[in-house]
Amino acid sequence: MDAIIETATRELSYAQAIQEAMAIAMERDERVFLMGEDIGVYGGAFQVTGDLVERFGPERVMDTPISELGGAGVAVGAAVTGLRPIFEFQFSDFATLAMEQIVNQAAKMRYMLGGAVSVPVVMRFPAGSGTGAAAQHSQSLEAWLGHVPGLKVIQPATPHDAKGLLLAAIEDPDPVMIFEHKLLYKMKGPVPEGHYTVPIGKADVRREGRDLTIVATSIMVHKALEAAETLSGEGIDIEVIDLRTVRPMDRQTVIDSVRKTSRLMCVYEAVKTLGIGAEVSAMIAESEAFDYLDAPIVRLGGAETPIPYNPELEKATVPQVDGIVQAARDLVTGAR
Amino acid sequence: MAGKAKNGAEKPNGANLPFLYRHYDHETLRGALRKMHLIRQFEEGAEESYMRGLIHGTMHLSIGQEASAVGICLGLTDEDQITSTHRGHGHCIAKGADVSRMFAEFFGKTTGYCRGRGGSMHIADVSTGNLGANGIVGGGLPIAVGAALTAKKTKSGNVVVCFFGDGANNEGAFHEALNMAAIWKLPVIFVCENNGYGMSTSVERATAVKNIADRAAAYAMPGVIVEGNVVSDVAQAMHEATERARKGEGPTLIECKTYRYRGHSKSDRNRYRTKEEIEEWMTERDPIEMFEAELQELGVIDMAGIEAIRADVAREIAEGIEFAKESPMPDVANLEKYVYTEQA
Repeated sequence: MDAIIETATRELSYAQAIQEAMAIAMERDERVFLMGEDIGVYGGAFQVTGDLVERFGPERVMDTPISELGGAGVAVGAAVTGLRPIFEFQFSDFATLAMEQIVNQAAKMRYMLGGAVSVPVVMRFPAGSGTGAAAQHSQSLEAWLGHVPGLKVIQPATPHDAKGLLLAAIEDPDPVMIFEHKLLYKMKGPVPEGHYTVPIGKADVRREGRDLTIVATSIMVHKALEAAETLSGEGIDIEVIDLRTVRPMDRQTVIDSVRKTSRLMCVYEAVKTLGIGAEVSAMIAESEAFDYLDAPIVRLGGAETPIPYNPELEKATVPQVDGIVQAARDLVTGAR
Repeated sequence: MAGKAKNGAEKPNGANLPFLYRHYDHETLRGALRKMHLIRQFEEGAEESYMRGLIHGTMHLSIGQEASAVGICLGLTDEDQITSTHRGHGHCIAKGADVSRMFAEFFGKTTGYCRGRGGSMHIADVSTGNLGANGIVGGGLPIAVGAALTAKKTKSGNVVVCFFGDGANNEGAFHEALNMAAIWKLPVIFVCENNGYGMSTSVERATAVKNIADRAAAYAMPGVIVEGNVVSDVAQAMHEATERARKGEGPTLIECKTYRYRGHSKSDRNRYRTKEEIEEWMTERDPIEMFEAELQELGVIDMAGIEAIRADVAREIAEGIEFAKESPMPDVANLEKYVYTEQA
């Protein structure tokens, strides 16, 4: 029934796509409302909520005090009792302040109560480095939350997915954590008008190839695609998978790809150790794709350091296109 | 809500009676006494079952605190909600839960309120408005505020009660929750059951202010101190807080001064307090004995009536334990059920 209005597609930024998703959800469902710090007249730290307060009023675009733990808990309580809150964190780093409510309450309440309740809360986390905001405003903590059964954790990489996954998250009966890379907010891309959803738990093959599978998340999808383009000039044909969902992970898409390419590289911005790359690598090592591997698995992740302030140091902390090109070339040509 | 009677102000003859007797009929009052016995005997039954190895894990008993659970919940409907604490058996029963299904939960059975997934520390009965006990000190405070936000947004007219202990008042969540409830004028009543100790640490050693209710001033809400072992005092403070909440005037903090007879949990050796202190509370300020004496004095019930209640409660407890014993264990194949909502 939405197909008619879905046909029109135009360019929107990632931030605009998120804002549009929230507006559509609030129009469709009076239970949906937004909570967060300075999301009202200020428009949000990254202008994602923008002017929504003018359209929907301060009751539905609620400024909260600077109380991440309490605010997250209020969202959980509202969700358990029948509303559909979307809680915006100003920076994903501040999830650390709200871990209790996210990990002990939101994630576990349904299970602890034997299925008597659902917790349909959405939490949005502006994440990642590259803005010169240094160590406490630049982290990528999605693997932390991905470790918690009961949560769903997604990382949209494009404006199209940012809108479709957010709408899916709002309609999902369980708590969904969305990590939005801050450097993507201004990126433009085609976004269909009207309501549509992108399924949670499904990866997307962004580029098909036969020599190497790169599994990337969030902004690293774009860096991997750029690296793949560069290497195609050298006759190296790379498949790029956008994981999109950290939990529940789409294992089959990755397994099928590795069976085809026989090589795997994981590229992600979060600290390399004990991260998403480790999970994807182990998953492949445990799967039927293991026998198809022609080379060791390679992980490119963030350095084992807090995010530094100096722009050159900051850049060196997370994988960049040149590094991906080199690592992929070495892997495919057997130089490693 | 059976027996909600006329306000005392319209009945000059009863003007000198305590609040409870002006506001509720005798049947309701006898029902309140029965609930207090039900809580006491439920916890004694749970303790005995634990000793006999029928219940594993741990539990936190509220024996001695029954007046606050019953006094607070007396005027609530099933639509009014509560969040509870790790010491939450009394709240659950006071709000209307069936002790058979509570025992079944403690025994880890599928017929339990949480289908054996929660146990004592997460006991809940959503059908009577209990959103659950909580294993995290202070964990329920923001959740209660969120439930009250729902009540306000949906104009349901319901109130939310947030039970917590003295220990929770030093958690950040307490302060964040009270502040938000106050700025948004939400229909929530914060009920601190101050039993004197956060595990082993006394309130005097842990809290900078003398009374936890004093902290209400920081959040521009009324802070009321009551004798937590006196049902009528608790019910009166709760009634006023509920009226205020339902009128849209915002939250209240009620501090019930009370005492737990048992240790913090099953590992407690009671080294931080004296036997004399425990004895004094048990013999001189027992909430059930005081309530029984009051009810008899005012002619609400006689000794035979009290004996009948005790016997009837004993029967209900025995039946509940039997139900729990006979109920089936969960199937291990369903281990992952309820992690996420099942979708078609």
